[in-house]
Amino acid sequence: MTTSTPRAWWKTGIGLVLTGLMLFPVYWMINVSFTRDQDMRANPPHLFPINGTLDGYRAVLDQQLPYLGTSFLVGLGTVVLTVALAAPAGYALAKLRPPGGPALSFVLLIAQMIPGIIMAMGFYAIYLTLGVLNTLPGLILADTTLAVPFGVLIFTAFMSGIPDELIQAAVVDGASRLRTFWSVVLPVSRNSIVTVSLFAFLWSWSDFIFASTLAGGGDHQPITLGIYHYIGNNNQQWNAIMATAVVASIPAAVLLILAQRYVSMGVTAGAVKD
Amino acid sequence: MLSTKRTSTTTQDQDGAAKAAPPGPPPSRVRRPSRWLAWGFLAPVTIYLAAFYAYPLYRNVELSLREYTVRSFVQGGAPFAGLDNYRTVLSDPAFGPTLWHTLIFTGASLVFQFSIGMALALFFHQHFPLSRTLRALILVPWLLPLIVSASTWSWLLNSDSGLVNAALGAVGIDPVNWLTSPGWSLTSVIIANIWIGIPFNLVVLYSGLQGIPVEMYEASALDGASSWQRFWRITFPLLRPVSTITLLLGLIYTLKVFDIVWIMTRGGPTGSSATLATWSYRLGFGNMLPEFGPGAAIGNLLIVMALIAGLIYIRIERRQHLR
Repeated sequence: MTTSTPRAWWKTGIGLVLTGLMLFPVYWMINVSFTRDQDMRANPPHLFPINGTLDGYRAVLDQQLPYLGTSFLVGLGTVVLTVALAAPAGYALAKLRPPGGPALSFVLLIAQMIPGIIMAMGFYAIYLTLGVLNTLPGLILADTTLAVPFGVLIFTAFMSGIPDELIQAAVVDGASRLRTFWSVVLPVSRNSIVTVSLFAFLWSWSDFIFASTLAGGGDHQPITLGIYHYIGNNNQQWNAIMATAVVASIPAAVLLILAQRYVSMGVTAGAVKD
Repeated sequence: MLSTKRTSTTTQDQDGAAKAAPPGPPPSRVRRPSRWLAWGFLAPVTIYLAAFYAYPLYRNVELSLREYTVRSFVQGGAPFAGLDNYRTVLSDPAFGPTLWHTLIFTGASLVFQFSIGMALALFFHQHFPLSRTLRALILVPWLLPLIVSASTWSWLLNSDSGLVNAALGAVGIDPVNWLTSPGWSLTSVIIANIWIGIPFNLVVLYSGLQGIPVEMYEASALDGASSWQRFWRITFPLLRPVSTITLLLGLIYTLKVFDIVWIMTRGGPTGSSATLATWSYRLGFGNMLPEFGPGAAIGNLLIVMALIAGLIYIRIERRQHLR
C-alpha cells in the first residue's frame, strides 16, 4: 500500500510539520532546561540553547533524587499490586464466568469514572484515622485505584482470546485451576501483563492529586511534588524546573520507544471497552 | 478493536458449548467448575473495590452530610447537618460562574480535541512513509505527566518572558496576560487541555478508521465521489459509533480534569478559571482552614455529572453491541 511516490513524500513533509507543531511544547521544555539564567528573559527568547548550561540538571541531581526514588518505588509497588489484583479477576471474568461477573465488570466501569478529587478526599479522611498519611504503602494503595479497573478490563479482553482447549488440556492433565492459571494462562498473557504494568507505572509516576493530598507533608514525596514545590516556591530558576520536568518525562519516553505496540493497544482497549 | 473481538469470541464459545452439551441442564453448569472457585479468583478485586472505592466514596458522602471542623475531622463526633453543605455550596455566589467555567472548559476542550484529532486521524490514515513513526510521536503529550505539561505551558504563556507573547510581539500584537488576567485564564487552561487530549482522540479515531472496509472507498471512487463526499457519506456515518464513544469518554475525563487547571492558575485569578474540581480541592486542601463538608458536597455533584455521562456511555455501548 505504501508507495514512495513524490506525492507520498510530500505528505510525509506535511506530517513532519504537524508532528513538529504538536511536539513543539516538548521541544521548548528541553530547550529551556538548557538555557542559562541570564538568557531566560531574553527578548526574543533563544530558540536554541546556544551557550547552553547544565545548571538545571545539576540542580536535579542535587535536589530531586529522593523524589525520583520515591516515585520509582511507588511505581513498582503500584505495578505489582495492580497485576496481582487484576490478572486473577480478568481470568475469572473471561474464562470462569461466574454468576455476578457482569455486575462486577459494570462496577469496575463505573469506578473508572469517579473523579480523582473525590477519591482523594475519601482517602484522606480514612488515612488520617488510620495514621497512614505520608507513607509509601498508603500512596501505593491510592495509586492502584488509577490502574486496577483498567487492568481488569485489559486482562478480561485479552484472556477471552486464549483458546479454551489450552485451558481444558491443562485441566485434563490434572492441574488445579490455580495451577492452570499460574502455569498456562499467565505465561501466554505476557503481552497484557506488559501493557497493564506499563500503564500502571506511568499513571502512578504521573499522579499529582493523591501525592499532594496524601503525601504532601511527609518524607516520601514523589517527583510530581518535587516539580510542584519548585513552581510553588516562586522559583525563578526555570532551567531547573524544566530539567526536572524533562527527567520526569523519561518513563513516558522509554515507554513509547520500547513498547509502542503496547501503548496503542492500551489506549484503544481502554477507550473501546465493554 | 478489542471489544468487538471479545464479544465475538464470547458468543462463539457459548455456541460451541451449547452444541456440545446435551439438552436439559444449562450448558454453563456442566462445563464450568464451581462458582466458588471462580469467585476465589475474583475475591481480591472485590474486597479491594469495597475497601478502596466504595468506602472512600461512602466517607465522602458522609463528609458532605456533616458539619466538620478540623477538630471533629480528627476526633470524630461532627454533628449531622443534613443538606446544609449542599445549600451552602449552591447558594455561594461562586457556584454559578464555576459551573459555567466547568461547562465551557469541557465543551471547548471536547470540540477542539475531537475535530483536531479527527483531522489528524484522517491525515495519518493515508499511509505515507514515516506515518507510523510520526503517529507514535504525537502520543507524547498524552503520556507526559500532567504536571510536566502544565508547567511547560505555564512558561510558554508567561506574560513577560513566554514564547507565545514574544511571537505575538513579533507580528505587532500587544502581550496578553494569559495566566494572570481574569479574561484569559480560562482560555489558557483550555488551550493546554486541548493539546493534551488530541493524541487520545487521534489514536481512538484512527483505530475506528481502520475498521472501515477498503472496498467501501473503492466503490465510491468508481462512482466518482470527491474526497469531501467520501468523508461525509462514508467515513463520518461509519465512524459514528466510535465517535460517540470517544466524545463521551472525553466528557467523563474532562469533567475530572484537575491537575492542569490547579497547576497553571489554581483556578484564579479571582476564581476566573475555577472549575468544580479545583473548587472542591481548594475547599478541602487549598486553604489554611479546610472546609471538608462543602468540598465533599461539590465533589458529589461532580460525580453525579460524571455518572450521568457514564450511564449514557454504557447504554450506547450496549445498544451498539446488540446490533
